Amino acid sequence: MTPGITPPLGAAPADALCIEHLDVAYRVGASERRVISDLSFAIRTGETYGLVGESGCGKSTVALAAIRYLARNGRVSGGRILVDGRDLMRLKAAELRVLRAQTVSMVYQDPARALNPSIRIGRQMAEVFEVTEGLRGKPAQERSADMLARVQIATPQRVMGQYPHELSGGMQQRVVIAMALASNPALLILDEPTTGLDATVEAEVLDLIARLRDEIKTSILFISHSLAVIGRMCDRVGVLYAGELVEEGASAELFGDPRHPYTVALLRCMPSFGRSKRHGRLETIPGFLPAPGSISGRCVFVDRCANATERCRNEVPPALALPGSALARLSRCFYPERAPHLPRSAEMPVPARRSETAALEATPDAVATPLLQTRHLSKTYRSGSRALQAVHDVTLELRAGETLGLVGESGCGKSSLAKLLLGLARPDAGSQLELTGQPLAALASDRTQAQRKAMQIVFQNPGLALNRSHTVRRLIQRSLRLLGLPRQRREARLRELTASVRLTARHLSDKPRQLSGGLQQRVSIARAFAGEPAIVVCDEPTSALDVSVQSAILNLLVDLQAEQQVSYLFISHDLNVVHYLCDRIAVLYLGRLVEIGPTAAVFAGPQHPYTEALLSANPAAQGVPGERVRLRGEIASALNLPPGCVFQTRCPRKIGRICEQREPPLLELEDGHVMRCHIPPAELARLQQGREPNRLSP
Amino acid sequence: MLQAVRTGLRSPTLLIGSVILLFWIACALFGSRMTPLDPYADDLLATLTPPSPSHWFGTDQLGRDIFSRVIIGARDILIVAPLATVLGSVMGTALGLVIGYARGVLDDIVSRVIEALQALPLVIVALMALAAVGTSNATVVLVIGFVFTPLIARTVRSATLNEAELDYVAAARLRGDGALAIMFIEILPNVLPVALVETTVRLGYAIFFVASLSFIGFGIQPPSADWGIAIAENYSLIGSYWWTVLFDAAATASLIIGVNLLADGLQSVLER
Repeated sequence: MTPGITPPLGAAPADALCIEHLDVAYRVGASERRVISDLSFAIRTGETYGLVGESGCGKSTVALAAIRYLARNGRVSGGRILVDGRDLMRLKAAELRVLRAQTVSMVYQDPARALNPSIRIGRQMAEVFEVTEGLRGKPAQERSADMLARVQIATPQRVMGQYPHELSGGMQQRVVIAMALASNPALLILDEPTTGLDATVEAEVLDLIARLRDEIKTSILFISHSLAVIGRMCDRVGVLYAGELVEEGASAELFGDPRHPYTVALLRCMPSFGRSKRHGRLETIPGFLPAPGSISGRCVFVDRCANATERCRNEVPPALALPGSALARLSRCFYPERAPHLPRSAEMPVPARRSETAALEATPDAVATPLLQTRHLSKTYRSGSRALQAVHDVTLELRAGETLGLVGESGCGKSSLAKLLLGLARPDAGSQLELTGQPLAALASDRTQAQRKAMQIVFQNPGLALNRSHTVRRLIQRSLRLLGLPRQRREARLRELTASVRLTARHLSDKPRQLSGGLQQRVSIARAFAGEPAIVVCDEPTSALDVSVQSAILNLLVDLQAEQQVSYLFISHDLNVVHYLCDRIAVLYLGRLVEIGPTAAVFAGPQHPYTEALLSANPAAQGVPGERVRLRGEIASALNLPPGCVFQTRCPRKIGRICEQREPPLLELEDGHVMRCHIPPAELARLQQGREPNRLSP
Repeated sequence: MLQAVRTGLRSPTLLIGSVILLFWIACALFGSRMTPLDPYADDLLATLTPPSPSHWFGTDQLGRDIFSRVIIGARDILIVAPLATVLGSVMGTALGLVIGYARGVLDDIVSRVIEALQALPLVIVALMALAAVGTSNATVVLVIGFVFTPLIARTVRSATLNEAELDYVAAARLRGDGALAIMFIEILPNVLPVALVETTVRLGYAIFFVASLSFIGFGIQPPSADWGIAIAENYSLIGSYWWTVLFDAAATASLIIGVNLLADGLQSVLER
């Protein structure tokens, strides 16, 4: 095909989206930076194509270019984009408007921003039909209700009368999907559609998208950073790295037998289901993503690739078709056959660590006095006559040197519990906190310096947790004062600390915004460890980071624990990460502890029905569809708690009246494995038998 | 820092504003050496002469050269207005930090007082205060400084409220930092850009404020060649002798516009 000539329709079935040799550049100051270079792929009719890559690789730029909606400083500097057979760059403004209204639809990450907050859902939905089909009044309303019913909203009429803020995130995203599908588009672009949602809600929305895909045969461009989600949803996958498509192929083949070193390394970085720190360190990808447009005349991955040769440094590898596969497979590597044998970073010699094995083996029981003990810890937020129970009657202990995982959906009280432990919020009367057997004051300001020193935190978002006006040196030094070291020892300790989180002296004079997310999190970790704490609370420390960076941070946390025998309270929504890192797991629902026990016992079952649902929602652990447990509806409001067991409104295993009337007691199943459910453990074990997700790989 | 300067040079508003302001600062500093004639020398034989090659802006009722007086007139206002603004900013920033970080009852009380003060016309408040303590350059600085304090405090307070919610403040509390250290070491550097922009905006108002007070006789006092005084002395003559008012008024306006352009430019640079 020569550029500029539209292919005659009917010669070949038109692809829903065909991108050929696309270059996109952003103007920054006086210079132009190329963020997408020589990108080509096509989405066939009815196909779901996944675009996967880490942040900054250009995923969203591709999505925006595909509807010609780049930011004002961005432009397509080469190649072409055909949507439903039409050359996008040659369309006039009016034609482009029609195309956007009728042929392409887009769903973004944050549904709350996609919906107009001051217009009722019904009106917003009807508008779509007005624009696309000229329908008005009653017919538009009826079509809207139909559409909402198709995205499995049980009460369309009620939802249509509501404003966006009255709906939960999952419901909002369904409405946005309904609006996107209303025009019956030839191409649907989903840009991280489930990233902002909880695991259980994400699982439901993904189920919905999968069902709609089979039903209406729309072509889908599915963009995500999550390999697990892409692998589950897509027919074919393209892996994007630094603005180039480095590998492409059918998703089963690509994930099963990757042929580009980047894909291989990325897949190895993920803590796979059932992997634990006892099995060894996680793989990492050395180095950093190159700045956009900084690499030319060589392979984009060369600096981080263990297979790189002289040729990779001097020539740009072409997108080579791999022989011997059903669907066309491409890899932008000179040596695709060597990719599966990429040397493992974790097999490279690791510096010997003090008493590593001892720290890993001796954790669960052994120690007599718990390091930290909470009794009947509660926190109620009051606003006028309304009371919100963020944490209710939590009794748990943290032992020396162990990692306790805290899991649950957003709003379950994980972060509130962490705040209470650290003394950043005042618990309700009757709550008790003890540190090594000594009572602990409620607020950090009332605790002794030694007690404050003992408990530190690593926050989720290092960008907010580090003072942006201070240099790295100052950030760490201010926390080093906790140790009360003489001046000359302080500098030495600073060097030691920066080295232990693998930062170099060069970084000390930088301000946080000059560092990448991963480096910022290392500074945050260095700060937490500055006072030689006994307990470090990690509040989702890797959820804002990319997979390859996450594995390096997790390795660092494991190393530091082995060196310093620190205990972690590790808050996370990612069950693979929790399984990898934690010795015990506590599951919270609506501020209540529903289950706690050793990691292996909790994963093996019998489990609390809520834990069971969380495990089923894990996209990396999908069993056969019939065996999945899905939660109905949304998390109940903490302002208006259901009577009896708080989980009864969504429980897939609810047994009857007793669940609605009595709060189940804490029941000890075996040593240290406790749960709160009316169903006898033996019965739970029987019900949960034959479900695969809780298998453990060796 | 260098980056900020470079960005600043690309912002035309910032550039034009700075040039105007620097021009008047030069006049204030070196005015006595720049004037072609003695600004205080009267010439009763050449009163109220229109602009001419010998008197570019004409002469006033006493025959003094208006061009020389406009140049020298920048001095007092450029001492009084910036000093008053700096005083107001320093006190306002401190007050804003304290009530924004402490919240609670203290914040409620101080915020209500600030709102009550804002409901009053500021010129009247300042006028009453000056009538009570007597007027001089020093008292004008103090009074305008106090009048501006709550205005700047309000802006800094809202910025502080946002900052105090961020995790780095929690981290500081966890290592046992006291309230003063958190306010002035942790939060202050991050609200400084906001305070700086507010200060420049206030400087424009302060110039206007001082000129107004001088005009009604409660600001800068004669024999200063101040523009506000000159306008007050001559505004009854505006019908036939327009040059006695126009150039002083234009000088005042250009200074205020220059400062406002600077404030706009600074805001767009700092908020990037």
